[in-house]
Amino acid sequence: MTVLDVSSLDPDVNQDAVVGRTLRQIAWSRLRKDRVAVVSMYVLGLITFIAIFGPLISKLLGVNPYDFNTDLLNDAGSLPLGPFGGVSLEHPLGVEPLTGRDIMARLLFGSRISLFIAVSATIITVVMGTVVGIVSGNSRGKTDAVLSRFMDITLAFPLLLVIIAMSPVLEQRLQAWGMPAGNPSRITTLILVLSIFGWPYLARLIRGQVLSLREREFVEAAISIGSSNSRILWRELLPNLWAPILIYATIAMPGLIGAEAALAFLGISVIPPTPTWGSMLEESVGYFTVDPFYFCVPLTMLLAAVLSFNLLGDALRDALDPKAGRN
Amino acid sequence: MFPYIVRRIFIMIFMLTILSIVTFLLFNAVPTDPARLTCGKTCTPEIVAANRIRLGLDQPLYTQYIDWIRGIFVGRTYGSGSATFDCATPCLGYSFRNGEEVTVLILDAVPVTMYLAVGAFLLWMLIGISSGIIAAKHHGKWQDRAIMGVSLVGYSLPVFFLGLLFLVFVIVRWNLLPYPDYASPFEDPVAFFQTMLLPWLTLAILYAAYYARLTRSQMLETMGEDYIRTARAKGLSERVVFRKHALRAGLTPIVTSAGLDLAGLLGGAVITEYIFSLPGLGRLAIGAVTDYDLPTITATVLIAAVFVIVANLIVDILYAAIDPRVRLT
Repeated sequence: MTVLDVSSLDPDVNQDAVVGRTLRQIAWSRLRKDRVAVVSMYVLGLITFIAIFGPLISKLLGVNPYDFNTDLLNDAGSLPLGPFGGVSLEHPLGVEPLTGRDIMARLLFGSRISLFIAVSATIITVVMGTVVGIVSGNSRGKTDAVLSRFMDITLAFPLLLVIIAMSPVLEQRLQAWGMPAGNPSRITTLILVLSIFGWPYLARLIRGQVLSLREREFVEAAISIGSSNSRILWRELLPNLWAPILIYATIAMPGLIGAEAALAFLGISVIPPTPTWGSMLEESVGYFTVDPFYFCVPLTMLLAAVLSFNLLGDALRDALDPKAGRN
Repeated sequence: MFPYIVRRIFIMIFMLTILSIVTFLLFNAVPTDPARLTCGKTCTPEIVAANRIRLGLDQPLYTQYIDWIRGIFVGRTYGSGSATFDCATPCLGYSFRNGEEVTVLILDAVPVTMYLAVGAFLLWMLIGISSGIIAAKHHGKWQDRAIMGVSLVGYSLPVFFLGLLFLVFVIVRWNLLPYPDYASPFEDPVAFFQTMLLPWLTLAILYAAYYARLTRSQMLETMGEDYIRTARAKGLSERVVFRKHALRAGLTPIVTSAGLDLAGLLGGAVITEYIFSLPGLGRLAIGAVTDYDLPTITATVLIAAVFVIVANLIVDILYAAIDPRVRLT
């Protein structure tokens, strides 16, 4: 599945500025009227808050993601005592089977790592994709041909397979360059492999946009007054591209969150006992039938984030579409 | 048309060459010594040294690459003297972990992945496109909202979630199907269908959700075109407008997406194969990665990439053939 597909983006986004209001103002007022978008933004705001202040909140609640509480488990199947997987005042979301670790604390810490991976990979992807896309679209001839072929080749690789195969190799390299072993190098590896194969999608999209933008009058005008090439690239073209970039970043996030979960499922995400949404989901799947509540917690969190990003992406696409609302 | 195809084939050969070099370097210029990986814990330095020479790993990288490529086209003989063994054309290398030629491993895995991918493809195109058309036809009404809502959730679910859900409930809990145990459709069709049903559904639902959304947005965009208004204005019935004018133009872009997605799956549906223990390319690759079986990793990645590149070519040619607006430059 092309998770990061952007082919349905409207190529004409951002072409006609309406007199009096900038596109940004129009988009923002449309977005505020869209109830789904507003709810999504609140949910995402909440998740971001949780991710940033997670350790603080868990300290306030007096829970710790790594402490074993085996006294809260029954003897036979090591399942949590009490209703809903051991929900109590001390452990608001219950405890894990087998270890008795607090699920709330693990979720708070895990959100932070999951979002950190997704946000970092998105930023690298967007920066690389935008730079390569603009350069490729603006330069005619050889540079464009080479960069385009490079994108094609990167896109031809089987994403998941190469990520799985490359991760251990890349991790060894990072450690050889002095990165501390364990999670720092593991998380860096994850971010790098996810970015390396993500940027060509955006680069292609931006290239297409630049190809049509550079034929427009304002670029011609800039050339005629003797603007330098780099001024045209970054001052004239880039401001016209922020709409597709923003939409892309919004729909790339859920793809990356899902990718982390998939990698966790295959056992190559962060090193246990560090939690992420993906690793929590992977661990809880085994207790699906006996302790369903444990499974529902990370799933709800992951789905809330992914759904909100997808819905917000749809809403943004509508809000930033200058043709919408006219017919 | 003909010069266009020829030129595209040349570009494809060029890309395949680059791709094979990148793949080769990616997995053979590794910090670990590939010769050390050819035998397990009982390895002695003598065996490692012998295997290094036997596999040509003592040669410089470019010689190794040329030998590897030559093996694909004309086959290759490893070692010399009494300890030789032949690897028939197309030779993709020798897997010490499996004690088998990589080509044989791949040929065993390809049909499984192919049945999985093609079956799922047919299902998801059927479900995805028809529900996308229904949603577009009833734009803004409850049918549209229902289909879009369901597809959004389906599209947002983590890839492995649906497969595990099927496995846990349908097989473990309710015992509706036996545990997955792959059998060739020619030997045991019943077991084949029992094994493949859930993997097909898993993949089909995920992709159908995406295709329903894609189809809907394509159809809505097409329905807003001027020529549709013209068709309506000249008095054609809504049914004719939809079937004859909108459908063809609206569905053409989906060909691109479908071709590439199918090709991507043919290279191995890693997670689905992993969950349902299907001995396809994805599972072969995962096993190879866990065992650090470099020749097999290299070959599976190369095969998967070749599928995508060839599909790219076919899709572009097909697109040029069905869409008269595409300029062949």
